[in-house]
Amino acid sequence: MVSIDVWNASVEFPIFDAKTRSLKKAVLGKAGGKISNDTKVPVIEALQDINISLRHGDRVGLVGHNGAGKSTLLRLLSGIYEPTRGNSRVVGKVAPVFDLGVGMDPEISGYENIIIRGLFLGMTRAQMEKRVDDIADFTELGNYLNMPLRTYSTGMRVRLALGVVTSIDPEILLLDEGIGAVDAAFLERARDRLNDLVRRSGLLVFASHSDEFLMELCNSAIWMDQGRVRMQGGLREVLTAYKGHDPFENMPQHVLERLSAVGGTA
Amino acid sequence: MQSPSTVEQPDQAPPPAPSRSFARARHDLSQGWKSRQLWAHLGWQDIKQQYRRSVIGPLWITISMAVTATALGILYSGLMGQPLERQLPYVAVGFIVWNFIGGCVNEGANVFIANEGLIKHLPAPISVHVYRLVWRQTLLFLHNLVVYVAVLLIFPPWKYGGHISFSMLLAIPALVLLMINGLVVSMFVGIVSTRFRDIPPITGSVVQMLFFMTPVAWIYDSTLLKNSPRVKYAELNPFLHYVEMIRQPMLGQTIVWRHWAVVLVATVLLTGLAAIFLRNYRARVSYWV
Repeated sequence: MVSIDVWNASVEFPIFDAKTRSLKKAVLGKAGGKISNDTKVPVIEALQDINISLRHGDRVGLVGHNGAGKSTLLRLLSGIYEPTRGNSRVVGKVAPVFDLGVGMDPEISGYENIIIRGLFLGMTRAQMEKRVDDIADFTELGNYLNMPLRTYSTGMRVRLALGVVTSIDPEILLLDEGIGAVDAAFLERARDRLNDLVRRSGLLVFASHSDEFLMELCNSAIWMDQGRVRMQGGLREVLTAYKGHDPFENMPQHVLERLSAVGGTA
Repeated sequence: MQSPSTVEQPDQAPPPAPSRSFARARHDLSQGWKSRQLWAHLGWQDIKQQYRRSVIGPLWITISMAVTATALGILYSGLMGQPLERQLPYVAVGFIVWNFIGGCVNEGANVFIANEGLIKHLPAPISVHVYRLVWRQTLLFLHNLVVYVAVLLIFPPWKYGGHISFSMLLAIPALVLLMINGLVVSMFVGIVSTRFRDIPPITGSVVQMLFFMTPVAWIYDSTLLKNSPRVKYAELNPFLHYVEMIRQPMLGQTIVWRHWAVVLVATVLLTGLAAIFLRNYRARVSYWV
């Protein structure tokens, strides 16, 4: 059973400038004693007092202004950052999709990149080899998959990355809004695959600024503000509080029906 | 403003396992070992990457080692007044082994810094990067073994005091010991230099200096040096024992168990040190990179 639990967790980043990151200060600071005031490393408190408990089937949207801590929270939930105070426990195979480019190597072929990216996302080689044809179909890259990735256009890279990401079987899926940068026409085509992916995953946390996407994929939400959880609850109430108006009220009836069929929100 | 929510509040007490525990450190190592498909692939990729688009590819590793070993062998046989059939195999094997040791230490200093992107984007045990590094160094070592075999064919051991025997197989456990030491050393150096960025240049010059201080190319009990008290000091250098432990079986020489004993003790100490650092700072690495 997949679950994520976070108890009173804080994430604080020490900011080492070139001087404090050197041995000299750590050594001299202890010996001299006088400059101990400025040997203390400044700390950015990115997240504070986070309490979250997520279970199988949860579809959580993450909203908040830039710098509110959405991406850091995703990294905390993925286990990349362990809380500096408090506790966290992640049970299940996490597939984080924060950056489509990470783990992609421009010098090797598209095909090899599919395998490597899959391995990074916790799949095995054999599992990825089975999926290659499916990914090739979706990306429409054909023989280009044998070419090195550096010969690809930006759009082709995005297709490849999205093709791989949507082919995996994640237990916990963490999506950052980065994927929103994909052009709209292609995303329309990717929508079905994205929905499938979300349905296959046991648990979803999705950080986004797009109401439409949130409503399509999520049924509850967390509102982050200045590193704290400002509000958590049903998607509609959180979005209403966050935006100041009900994003569902102007929806045409047929859209609402489609959404309720997917996420069960309305 | 915090709304009373239905499902979102944690319903159990916090787990007893804090992030600083030996259990978590062990878990990191075992989980990393389980992703060997990933790091094995990446280790290979690193090597192929370096020689992509070159016609003979990774064969360059072997060729450059052959050139260096031959040149150093001829140079030092002249300097030390040793016959070439003794000096050249000695230098070749010494240099191959040193390449492995130096590679683990030097690249170990950058093992986490160089993988910043991966560490910040993918939740993986930090040991994955260390396994990848040692695997890459092992692959380089295996490439260089071609030079070793060629040297052995041209200068067979019986021409200078050695003999082909089963004790040569001791090179295999010796290599395993080197790999284990490579793991713990690069884990330790990697963690420390992620926090203190002055360490990588320091390790660079220390490894360079140790290369000259360790009898990699010069023979420390040769007739020239035999009666010098410095031979005793040379034994204080732990790297001497690491090199001799694997070089003696590889050259078919008599095994001196003292070297094995020193290496075993050093391995236990280093493993303990690395374990403490892994326990205390494993979770900090993603904050520091």
